[in-house]
Amino acid sequence: MSKEVVSKEKSMIIQKEMIASLSKELSNVKKTGKKVVYTFVPGNISELIRAFDMLPVYPEINALQSGMRKKSEKFIRDAEKMGHSEDVCTYVKCDVGMMINGNVGSGGDVVPPPDLLLLSYTGCFTFMKWFETLKRLYPEVPVAMLHTPYQAGHKITPEMTDYMVKQLKTEVIPKMEKVSGNKYDENKLKEILRKTSITEDLIMKIFDTTKNIPSPIDAYFAGVYYIGPINNGFRGTQEAVDYYQMLYKEILERVEKGLGPITPEGVMEEEKFRLVIEGPPNWTHFREFWKLFYDLGAVIVASSYTKVGGVYDNGFRVDPEKPLESLANYCMNCYTNLNLEQRVELLSDCITKYHADGFMVNSIKSCNSFSAGQLMIMRQLEEKLEIPVGFIESDLVDPRYFSYSNIKNRLESFFQMLEQRKLYSDK
Amino acid sequence: MEALKDILATCEEIAFDLNFTRAKEWKSQDDNRVIVGYMPIYFPREIIHAANGMTVGILGGGDRKMIIKGDAYYQSYICHIPRSIMELALDGHFDSFDGFIFPSICDVIRNLSGTFQILGKGKFVKYMDYPQNFVANIGGEFYENELQNVLDEVYKINHVKVTPEKLNHSIKLFNKNRELLRKIYDIRQEFPWRLTAADVYHIVRAGYMIPVEEHNQILEDVVYHISQDINEPLDNIRVVVMGAFCEQPPVGLIKTIELAGCYVVEDDFLLGARWIQKDIQEIKAGGTLLSSISYAFLNNSTYSSSLYDAEDPKERRLLELIKTRKVDGIIFAAPSFCDPALLDHPILQKACEVNNVRYISFLFSENTGQFKVIKEQIGTFSDSIKLWE
Ligand code: SF4
Ligand code: SF4
Repeated sequence: MSKEVVSKEKSMIIQKEMIASLSKELSNVKKTGKKVVYTFVPGNISELIRAFDMLPVYPEINALQSGMRKKSEKFIRDAEKMGHSEDVCTYVKCDVGMMINGNVGSGGDVVPPPDLLLLSYTGCFTFMKWFETLKRLYPEVPVAMLHTPYQAGHKITPEMTDYMVKQLKTEVIPKMEKVSGNKYDENKLKEILRKTSITEDLIMKIFDTTKNIPSPIDAYFAGVYYIGPINNGFRGTQEAVDYYQMLYKEILERVEKGLGPITPEGVMEEEKFRLVIEGPPNWTHFREFWKLFYDLGAVIVASSYTKVGGVYDNGFRVDPEKPLESLANYCMNCYTNLNLEQRVELLSDCITKYHADGFMVNSIKSCNSFSAGQLMIMRQLEEKLEIPVGFIESDLVDPRYFSYSNIKNRLESFFQMLEQRKLYSDK
Repeated sequence: MEALKDILATCEEIAFDLNFTRAKEWKSQDDNRVIVGYMPIYFPREIIHAANGMTVGILGGGDRKMIIKGDAYYQSYICHIPRSIMELALDGHFDSFDGFIFPSICDVIRNLSGTFQILGKGKFVKYMDYPQNFVANIGGEFYENELQNVLDEVYKINHVKVTPEKLNHSIKLFNKNRELLRKIYDIRQEFPWRLTAADVYHIVRAGYMIPVEEHNQILEDVVYHISQDINEPLDNIRVVVMGAFCEQPPVGLIKTIELAGCYVVEDDFLLGARWIQKDIQEIKAGGTLLSSISYAFLNNSTYSSSLYDAEDPKERRLLELIKTRKVDGIIFAAPSFCDPALLDHPILQKACEVNNVRYISFLFSENTGQFKVIKEQIGTFSDSIKLWE
């Protein structure tokens, strides 16, 4: 690591300010009268929420922040005491636990209760169960269900789009009108989507910079921060455009200087291994987890997790002139809504395009949406690309399932294998 | 008519025939016949029947299939059924199946469909996205389109076109099937000692493996037998078992529940067979081919962990079921790691607590072999209810 003290990049400061401003807005809703919509990151149609002047809240993000702040274990245990099984998604339990403990968010403010539960049911069945649970905790709050068909047949068909657009028109928009007291304004939505489209382009450019050697960014551990604004309610906002422009500029400067990624301990000096990772990270030991990689000179050049809130690799961008169709197609195009073959293709393209030396799965104990099928994906990539594959296990927010020594041992053997392979191919 | 004990023995044998012998024989009798395997929970079998096909339920290997290869596809914290289905697939049990249907019930089944696609199993693999919107011209239209896709796949194989007449004929047969199943459950509600829960399980499961015409005959005979005053009542409590709609409990577990002092008068073991709760109407003139099937799904489905329920909460429907079936308590039995079932349990259990309905819950896996602890738990549960009554 370079010894220089890590100074905060301007983009980091902007991002912090954005998140803080949203928290502030949320804590002021009693005064401002703004309505609050709970929803999910995959199938995150915050543009529509914003078009009604409402504010989004993401229970998944609350859960991951609770994990990072070491609060999740108590929340999970409290939910288990209420009858939730040890075997189910820990995000749900963490969220339920947070709620029964006063719903205090990461900034220390109470997260306001929802005025609408927007169940954008995309790429994960647990979302439905999650909001069925929340519906019981907030019985008076309406639920707007937006069922996103799965891309089982490898593509989005006109019937799938039509089904979603009809749901938007007859289920989601009327409920949003009722809750917000505002009429649906298509021009306003188009205007917001214009900014989304710029942001989507910028995000793709940013993640494409990992083509460089050394890679100027880590597309997983730092990548989760980069996708923070777009996933956390800023789709289609000017702040997001400014943030991503600034971030992209900073990254290009790094490319020009031939610098590697920034880690919590400084700039990574020697890039030894380039990896593509599948699966969400562990949040309870996020720093330790990251350190295991950068200490050994491993940089992540692409990750599936940064695509849960939208996949732009295949050219998809929202089309502001077709606003509802765009929202529908955006939802259907999120990573976990792709079928296994599509996931294999996408990961395979990333491995090739970003010159990865290896592929690694971080399998999350309580997330079936990602985990079921991962071993098949691994086999496929190994066979198809003859690339070394590695496998580690942890959980998102349940610290009981994070074993530092197990992960370290597995990573060390995996990196040894990569090292040997490199030596062999050099010869 | 065969004696009841012989019918039951036949059903048991058919129910667990992991080689699907009867279905394969049926197919071999006519070049135009197709076999379509479907995973839990529900699929409208009528449409395949009308296309000269037979749907066969793929319910996992249970405790009868040793898992050797399947474990290499699924982590230890994923339920058991996908690995036993993989084992069966890799060992060639489904070799003469033409297609596979994966109803949308959870992420595990969804991603299993992808594995079948990658492995190129059958002539088609269809992940059936059931609508979560229950409005006819929205969810209904989408559903009809999904079903039409299945029919198109079958047509590519056998060139049989489904006409309203053919479909109406199939609808009648399956209505009959559901009516007979309802009768068996209704008789058992009054006289649970006439047929054990394991027997009922075998009878219903046999229907997943043979042509509906044959199954209807079996059911008619069973109804006849259990309409007679047979067997002696025991001092058992009456329970409903909930949570086992996908991965099936081993029959040993069902037997254990009864041996521990409970008559199982309602369950969700093979829910798909009884999913549609009223007769499906014949296709009306002017209606689309699949409109009746779609109407039944949108309006007459049972409640389930895989359906969005905000408009008609499942706890309300469970409480209603408890009243109709006059049960003394509920056994929540879910497969380990089953998100859909397990995430419902706190909701359902809270409703039980509020309404003073006694319940017990435990986890199982399709290959669980030891029931001693469960038997003790259930025994205590049933004793406590008997003491209270
Ligand atoms: S199962 Fe996975 S994708 Fe679904 S809510 Fe839980 S963590 Fe998110
Ligand atoms: S047992 Fe549960 S989690 Fe497993 S495949 Fe069936 S529904 Fe899904």
